[in-house]
Amino acid sequence: MVSDLAILNGRFADGGSGGVLVRDGHIAAIGGFDVPESVSRIDARGALIGPGLIDVGVFAVDGPAFAAGGITRILLMPDQAQPLDNTALILRAAASGKPGVWVHPLAAATRALEGQELAEIGLMRAAGACGAATGRGWIADSGVMYRLLAYAGAQGLRLVAHAEDGGLAADAVMTEGETATRLGLAAAPPQAEALAIARDLLLVEATGAPLHFRQVTTARGLALVRDAKKRGLPVSCGISPAHLLLADSAVTGFRTFGRLSPPLRDEADRRACLDAVADGTIDLICSGHDPQGPEAKRLPFADAEPGMAGAETLLALALVLVRDGLIDLVRLFDLLAGAPARLFGLPGGRLDVGAEADILLVDPDAPWRITSDAMVAAAGNTPFDGLPVQGRVLRTIKGGVTLA
Amino acid sequence: MPAPSHRIPDDRAGLPFPHRHLLGIYGLQPHEILFLLDEAEQWVTLNRQASKHDDRLRGLTQINAFFENSTRTLLSFEIAGKRLGADVVNMAVAQSSVKKGETLIDTAITLNAMRPDLIVIRHDASGAVQLIADKVDCPVLNAGDGRHEHPTQALLDALTIRRRKGRVEGLTVAICGDVLHSRVARSNILTLTALGADVRVVGPPTLLPAAIERMGVTPFTDFDAGLDGADVVMMLRLQRERMSGGFVPSLREYHALYGLTPERLAKAAPDALVMHPGPMNRGVEIASSVADDIDRSAIPEQVEMGVAVRMACLDVLTRTRRGAW
Repeated sequence: MVSDLAILNGRFADGGSGGVLVRDGHIAAIGGFDVPESVSRIDARGALIGPGLIDVGVFAVDGPAFAAGGITRILLMPDQAQPLDNTALILRAAASGKPGVWVHPLAAATRALEGQELAEIGLMRAAGACGAATGRGWIADSGVMYRLLAYAGAQGLRLVAHAEDGGLAADAVMTEGETATRLGLAAAPPQAEALAIARDLLLVEATGAPLHFRQVTTARGLALVRDAKKRGLPVSCGISPAHLLLADSAVTGFRTFGRLSPPLRDEADRRACLDAVADGTIDLICSGHDPQGPEAKRLPFADAEPGMAGAETLLALALVLVRDGLIDLVRLFDLLAGAPARLFGLPGGRLDVGAEADILLVDPDAPWRITSDAMVAAAGNTPFDGLPVQGRVLRTIKGGVTLA
Repeated sequence: MPAPSHRIPDDRAGLPFPHRHLLGIYGLQPHEILFLLDEAEQWVTLNRQASKHDDRLRGLTQINAFFENSTRTLLSFEIAGKRLGADVVNMAVAQSSVKKGETLIDTAITLNAMRPDLIVIRHDASGAVQLIADKVDCPVLNAGDGRHEHPTQALLDALTIRRRKGRVEGLTVAICGDVLHSRVARSNILTLTALGADVRVVGPPTLLPAAIERMGVTPFTDFDAGLDGADVVMMLRLQRERMSGGFVPSLREYHALYGLTPERLAKAAPDALVMHPGPMNRGVEIASSVADDIDRSAIPEQVEMGVAVRMACLDVLTRTRRGAW
């Protein structure tokens, strides 16, 4: 039940202090305000007050993990047991997170995600899809991709693409390099990403339609995006903390928790990703939340499913960038909430009067240790198992209701 | 590269071979490799006698779990175990029935429950042997996992080279052919570089893995240049089953460019040793006249050394269990 409440004695990312007044599920006042008698009060005790996080491109609706991670909205990938390629499935997906999390489904761009025929993305938009996505896979047919961009763009939908050339990445489970060679694992050159991006950017140029690369993880790929942005193309991209903090050597010993898609890159690419966060080439940080149980991970590396459970660790890992001086807190919350809301036209994502009351209380310094076994996600597959981190979500409020 | 996960337990520290398993050459120190080679020498001697029996593994159960087809390696491990007096059980697992899922770990748990004293595993997936090793109580010996490692092959190759050349250190060894798909190549690179050889890898660019030079070898795509002055020419089997992806245009072209013929061999050192892990594709990577040249080819000797090396490994890995250290 939505109740009016006042969060007091907090501080904000920009250095200001004060509180937030919530009425009817929306932010009614920020900073200093008179607290009405009728509202319940939360003493933030100096904790950081931020907007609820918006996670772009998760693969599972995993309420407890999102609440624990401070995520109030998710953009759900269409890669579900039944691909989200019709209006009924979109409606069902949009309702599937209640009451824990706002689910904004991404429509399957092509029927059954097969990359051949356009799905009914106009109808799915009307049913609540906030974008269309190619899914885990790459669209091989340039003609289909061209028509897709043009069509989705005309519908006002941003297309979310997976950037890995399928010919190069076909059987690959890693990035080419010393680790893949030593382990004897099939690998693709990192150029697989740049190749896919280069083609799609040419198609964006041709159509003028907005395109979001779910994750860009290589120096060459980021250079292409950077250049496209300079030329004014409507392109955006995201990245996960894993690609910012881990290199491919993290899978030494065949650690399947480090098997991700796109795969972990080498150290030079990892550093290029950090630079791209700092200079604004990367628009947002997403968890890529994809909980995979032991049945999918306790396998020989090449047989294991890619993906990690990232929701609970998203904020703590992203805070590493702040502590390392790469970005400030204002930018951090833009990467995790503001930009996703702007790019996909969602409510929330900001602490403004009138905005939806998706609010976090965070202790950015609280130490804890990431432990697979202790995770509340549907599965605890994280390559960060055992890592000490700082930054805890103290309270997650969605639409004025406390979740965790 | 970070340290391998099969760390040395404290209770084995100080032993000449302190490792619980033999999952690969990676992680072994040069003196540990030499220790295994030295141990193997005694078994070469035994194997050349009329009576080839030693009872030190009597009462122990050795399971050879081969998830990938193999005749030669399986036979070699079986003979090695039997000559040491172990009860050897071969488990040939159909490729299709045990490939994925918990089944592999279930199989490991099942094998473990039968209380073997040593498990020898071959599997077509890189890392599968380590996955099993983490689940069982007894020593595990990797008989080849995917394109990752094949440690006993590398040890038998090193032993063969050492016996024929008197040393490994300072020799130039050319490992030629399908390096990309070869676990033999990876284990040999690790072994031979650890022992001080100058190792080259030679093959078409499509069959040389990326960043191979970071393993301490010099890559060549020109076969003649790669062979120039080499003391040992180690040919690899062209994995024809993997050719569907179009790694080389044709077998005919492959033989013309990368097949070892007597003319090609003349580029190497005059007394260069020719090796091949078998089975050979005669007329593809190696001409029969080279393979069968008893002065140059060490191929049958490699097979002989294989039994000795495997006996050494079986003996050493079970010593803690037998209280024999």
